[in-house]
Amino acid sequence: MDYKFPELPYAYNALEPHIDAMTMEIHYTKHHKTYFDKFVAAIKETEMNGASLEEIFANVSKLSMPVRNHGGGLYNHTLFWESMAPDAGGAPSGKLADAINAKYGSFAEFQAKFNDAAANRFGSGWAWLSVKADKSLCVCSSANQDNPLMDTSDCPATPILGLDVWEHAYYLKFQNRRPDYISAFWNVVNWKVIESRYDALVK
Amino acid sequence: MRKSVVYFLMLIAFPFALKAQQEPYHKFAPLPYAYDALEPYIDKMTMEIHYDRHHRAYYKNFMTAIQSSELEKTPMEAIFANISSQLPVIRNNAGGYWNHEMFWNCMKPNGGGVPTGKLSEAIKSTFGSFDDFKKQFAEAGAKRFGSGWAWLVVGDDGKLFITSTANQDNPLMNTEEKRGTPILCLDVWEHAYYLKYQNKRGDYISAFWNVVNWEFAQNEYAKALAKKK
Repeated sequence: MDYKFPELPYAYNALEPHIDAMTMEIHYTKHHKTYFDKFVAAIKETEMNGASLEEIFANVSKLSMPVRNHGGGLYNHTLFWESMAPDAGGAPSGKLADAINAKYGSFAEFQAKFNDAAANRFGSGWAWLSVKADKSLCVCSSANQDNPLMDTSDCPATPILGLDVWEHAYYLKFQNRRPDYISAFWNVVNWKVIESRYDALVK
Repeated sequence: MRKSVVYFLMLIAFPFALKAQQEPYHKFAPLPYAYDALEPYIDKMTMEIHYDRHHRAYYKNFMTAIQSSELEKTPMEAIFANISSQLPVIRNNAGGYWNHEMFWNCMKPNGGGVPTGKLSEAIKSTFGSFDDFKKQFAEAGAKRFGSGWAWLVVGDDGKLFITSTANQDNPLMNTEEKRGTPILCLDVWEHAYYLKYQNKRGDYISAFWNVVNWEFAQNEYAKALAKKK
């Protein structure tokens, strides 16, 4: 398969005022695009050229660091863009809402746990809500551009919601105030998409 | 002495005694220049947030993490030499506190140029030329994926080497493969350059050479060599 650089599913300013237009534009056209270009260059050198990102992540410990870093950067940002939408936020419904309540007690308690994962990731990385092989939910964080699909992960699972906590994701608007960025994120979470990802994994 | 005079002297001495008691062993040093002193290479807003928010938070979190432990009176070098036995919260914040103080000292207004004396000779004999050294150091900074630092270090054999570390780690930590005494450092966390340079870390690294305080690096080099003899 040919690797494609995905389109941003909304305008750069669509998530204002929570995520500013300049951050979105640089994040998508510079950071995400660079990960894509460098991943394509790195994977070409390997026998896994053409494999899906999921297959590559399942074998990432045997591949080079550029494949791991840029492959992660490509996948994670795509999932991140799709996890957000204008006029979104609120709370999940359906099966995912039930699973969150069952696992964490309430949506607010889940949010607190996710916030902790995002705030306590030291340096660059991501916070995730994922579905494990036994179909249970888990919240964790990963360093740099790693993710729970990688065979190097200490919380192996399939992510359904990701939050970028690299400083480039929030520094222009929030500077050192990462918690303010995390709070703002909840206003743009596209729960419809997260729910359908969840439903597809547990059915 | 008259009683009233004694009371008077005590009253004068009291604030000083109190201050001596409160003054912590690990101090938060003032920035050695104004926030706008490194313009246009490092912008004022970045300097202010970097020093007053990031650096101060590392210091505060470090002091909280070591509260009432013997680390309150342990030199930073000794803490780093044994950092593998400490919690991540101490490692991260001790590194963030110490690295930034060193970083401020590595820069000055009207800096840049080239090193002189013994350091200049050592750089040439180790890396070929000053330009070759700059290239290798810039590469260490550019290739550090995620957050971290680039370093020029004096190894235990007295020889110079270039390395980079993740997050707030540094070459004094016993968790590092390549250990030694740093004499020059560059912060490549995105917070160090994002407001002015955004994704262009390479431009930030190029700009850094215009504000390097080579006198400081030369001095640290001489101290490191003297210690290793």
